[in-house]
Amino acid sequence: MFDALSDRLEKISSGLRSRGRLSDADLDAALGDVRQALLEADVELSVATAFIAAVRERLQGEALSQSLSPGQQVIKAVHEQLIEVLGGEALKVTYASKPPTVILLAGLQGAGKTTTAAKLANWFKQQGRQPYLIAADLQRPAAVEQLRVLGKSIGVDVYSDTSNPVDVAKKGLKEATRIGRDVVIIDTAGRLSIDQELMNEVKKISKTTEPHYTFLVIDSVTGQDAVHTAKAFHDTLALSGIIVTKLDYDARGGAVLSARGVVGRPVVFAATGEKITDFDLFYPDRMASRILGMGDVLTLIEQAEKNVDPAVAAEQASRMMSGEFTLDDFMAQLNQIRKMGSLGGLMKMMPGMSKEMRNAASNVDEGQLTKIEAIIQSMTVKERQNPVIIDGSRRTRIAKGSGSSVNAVNQLLNQFTQMKKMMKQMGGGAMPQVPGMGKLSGAMARAQMARGAEVPAGLEALSAGMQAGQRANPPAGGRNNKKKKGGRVTPPKQR
Amino acid sequence: MTFVIIGVIALLLMIFLLRRRSRKSRGVQFTPQREAMPTLLVKEVESRPSLADLGSKLGASRGVFDRIRTISGAPNPEVLSVVEEVLLRSDVGVALTTEILESLGQMSAGETVLDHVRKALLANLNRDRSVKTVAKADHVPVWLFVGVNGVGKTTTIGKLAQQQRQAGKSVVLAAGDTFRAAAADQLTQWAERTGSDIVRASEGADPGSVIHDAIGRAHARKFDLVLADTAGRRANSTNLLDELSKVRRIADRTPGEVVETFLVLDATTGQNALSQAKEFLASAGVTGIVLTKLDGTARGGIVIAIERELGIPVKFIGVGEGADDLMVFEPSAFVDSLLGA
Repeated sequence: MFDALSDRLEKISSGLRSRGRLSDADLDAALGDVRQALLEADVELSVATAFIAAVRERLQGEALSQSLSPGQQVIKAVHEQLIEVLGGEALKVTYASKPPTVILLAGLQGAGKTTTAAKLANWFKQQGRQPYLIAADLQRPAAVEQLRVLGKSIGVDVYSDTSNPVDVAKKGLKEATRIGRDVVIIDTAGRLSIDQELMNEVKKISKTTEPHYTFLVIDSVTGQDAVHTAKAFHDTLALSGIIVTKLDYDARGGAVLSARGVVGRPVVFAATGEKITDFDLFYPDRMASRILGMGDVLTLIEQAEKNVDPAVAAEQASRMMSGEFTLDDFMAQLNQIRKMGSLGGLMKMMPGMSKEMRNAASNVDEGQLTKIEAIIQSMTVKERQNPVIIDGSRRTRIAKGSGSSVNAVNQLLNQFTQMKKMMKQMGGGAMPQVPGMGKLSGAMARAQMARGAEVPAGLEALSAGMQAGQRANPPAGGRNNKKKKGGRVTPPKQR
Repeated sequence: MTFVIIGVIALLLMIFLLRRRSRKSRGVQFTPQREAMPTLLVKEVESRPSLADLGSKLGASRGVFDRIRTISGAPNPEVLSVVEEVLLRSDVGVALTTEILESLGQMSAGETVLDHVRKALLANLNRDRSVKTVAKADHVPVWLFVGVNGVGKTTTIGKLAQQQRQAGKSVVLAAGDTFRAAAADQLTQWAERTGSDIVRASEGADPGSVIHDAIGRAHARKFDLVLADTAGRRANSTNLLDELSKVRRIADRTPGEVVETFLVLDATTGQNALSQAKEFLASAGVTGIVLTKLDGTARGGIVIAIERELGIPVKFIGVGEGADDLMVFEPSAFVDSLLGA
C-alpha cells in the first residue's frame, strides 16, 4: 500500500540528501515534485495544493534544526504534515453509557461495506463485546445473504427482513436491545452521493437509529472523486470517521488523504486484506511512516508480541547469531512468522527494506512454505540438529518421505547453510559491504530522525547483506555507524 | 530466496521484540474502556483552514471550464491552470495532463482551448471497440469478466445477460466467484431476472471447474454464449493472478473459446486503475474494459491513459443500477462529459 507514493518520495528525498544548503529554487523544485507525487497518488488536487502550502509553512515557520540536513528537514516536514492530514493520533472508540453503541456504515457501491460490517463486528468481538449485525442493504441482490454467511462464520447474529431499510434498522435495533447486545452495526446499501432519494433514505435510517458513530466506508483505490463522495456523505450524515478498505492493493492511497482532508474526520479503521481478521484501527503516524518508506515497527512489534514468547525469541536470536542454529529452530521460527501473517505483509512493515526484497517476500506463497515444512519434517531428529550428516541416501529418503525431489532437498540444505552463515556474520558484527547500502542507511536515518524510534544498529547492513547474501562474500569488520544519536544505537552483539 | 526472507524476518522480529522489552512499552495502544462512558464520541480534530472551505471550491470547479473554453491563441497561465485542474480532477493522470498542457503552446490559429483539449484526448481513444460474440466452428463463445473487488463484475454480467437475451441469444451464466459469500446467489437472481441458465457450485469450489461445467452445458444444449464471473482479486498478488490465468486457460479449452475478456473498472478508481489494467492484461489477456458507476460524480478519465498506454479499448459503460443501464462506449460523448461540455 502507498508504494507508489513512497517510491516517489524516496527519490525526492535521496535527491535532497546530498545538498548542504537548500536554495529557494531547490525548495520550489522539491515541493513541486512532492505535489506531483501526491497527485500521482490520487490525492485530490486542492488537498495536494493545501498540503504543499502547509509543508512550506512548516519549513519557513520553524527554527531550522541544526542537526538535520535541509533534505531531512523537508522530509520531516512532509512526515509531520502527513500525520496531521491523516488525522493525528488514533481515534479512541468509546462505548455508549446506555448500550447498545450503534454504528452506521455508509458509502458507494463496491466500497466494501458488507465485508467491513462483518470485520468490524469481529473486531468488537475480539474486544470482548457482543456485536449484532443489521443487514439494511435490500438493494443489491444477495447482500443480506452475504452478511448472513459472514455473520455465521464469525458467530455474530444478523438481523434482516424484507420490509424496507428504515424499518429493518429500527426493528434490528430493538431486537439487539431486547437480547442485550452492546454493539450494533448497521450495513446499508451502496449509494451514489448524487442520488437524492437514496441519500434521504440513509438520512432517515440515521435519524431513526441515532447512531453513535457514522462511518464512511471508502475504497483506497478511489481517485479524485473521493472528496465529492466524502463531502456529500458528510453533509448528509455528519460522519464521525472514515473506514478505508482494500489497503492491501498497491494503491496509492491518496483517497485516504483526500477524504480525511475534506471532511476533517479521522480515518478510524483500515481493512488490509480479504480475511475477516485483516482489519484494525488506523494509526496515522504509522501510516505516515509507511508512506515515507520508513516501515512500521510498532505494528510489527504488536503482532510479534501476540505470537512470540520473548524468552524463546531471545534464546533463538542468540543461537542464530552464534551459528548454532538448527533446522528445528528454523521450523519454530517459520511457524511463528506464519502465525503473524504473510511474509510480504511483514516485510512491508520492516524499515529500510529494498523494493526487490519486498516484492520477493510478497511472492512467496503458502505452498512453498508448506513444502519446506514437509521436507524438514521428513528428516530425523539427528539430521535436523546436524544437517551435515545428510548424505546421498538420506537425501533420497527425505525426498521420498516429503513427496519432493532430491533436487529440492539439496536446494533447501544449501539455502539453509547460506542463511546460517549469514546470520552468524550479522551476529558477529560483521556487516557485509554491498552496493545499495547508501539508500538503505538513508531510509534508516530518516526512520530514526522522524520518529525518534530505536532501530538496531547493523539492521540496515543486515538487510543489505541479506539482499546480496547469495553473491557477496562479506569482509570482516564492522562498518562505522554514523547515526549514533545520544548513544541510542546499540549493536546487537552488545545486548 | 525464501530462506533469506524468512531469516531476515525472524531475526529482525526478535531484535525488535527484545529491544521493545528492554525499553518497556511505548507508542500508541488501543485500550477499550469497559466502564460506561458518556457518549462523547469523536474527538474533533483540528484541520488547517486551507482545507476547511474545500467543499465550496469543489462545487465551483465544475463550471470553471466555461470561462476559458472559447479562448484561442497563446494560452495564458490561468488557462493552463484551469485545464490542468479539469483534467486532473477527472483522473486523467499527471502524465497525459502534462503532455496536453505542453501541446497547448502549439494551438493552431482559430482553435479554441476546448477544441484543442478535446481533440488531444480523443486522439488517444482510437481503438477498435467491436465486441465478439461468435467463436470458431463448434465452439462456445465465452466472455470472461475480471477485476478487483467491488467494481461491479456480477452486476455487469447481469446487465449484459439482459442485453444478449433481448438480442435473442441464449445465455449461460457461470458463477465463477466462489470466494465472496453469496456471490453465486447474487448471480442466480440475475439469471432468474434475465431468463438465463446458471451453473454454480458451493462456496470455495474451484472456479475453473464451475466455468468448465458451464461451457460443457452450453455446448451440449447449444447455447449461444457463456458469461463467466470470477472472484474479485487485488492486482498485486502473483498468486491470485496466476489463479486467474489458469481459469482463463480452462475457459479457453475446447469446446470453449474466450472471445472477450472484460476488465471491469470502477469509474471512481484513480491512478491505480492503470496498474490494475497492466496486471490483468498480462494474466488474463484483457480485450476490453467495462467502465462502471459513471452515473455518479466520478469521471473515469483514467481509461484514456489505459487505452493510450496499454491499447485496451473501453467497450461498455455502466450508468445505473437497472438492467438497461449499460451502454456502448462513445468516445466523443465521454470526452464531452469529462470536460463538462
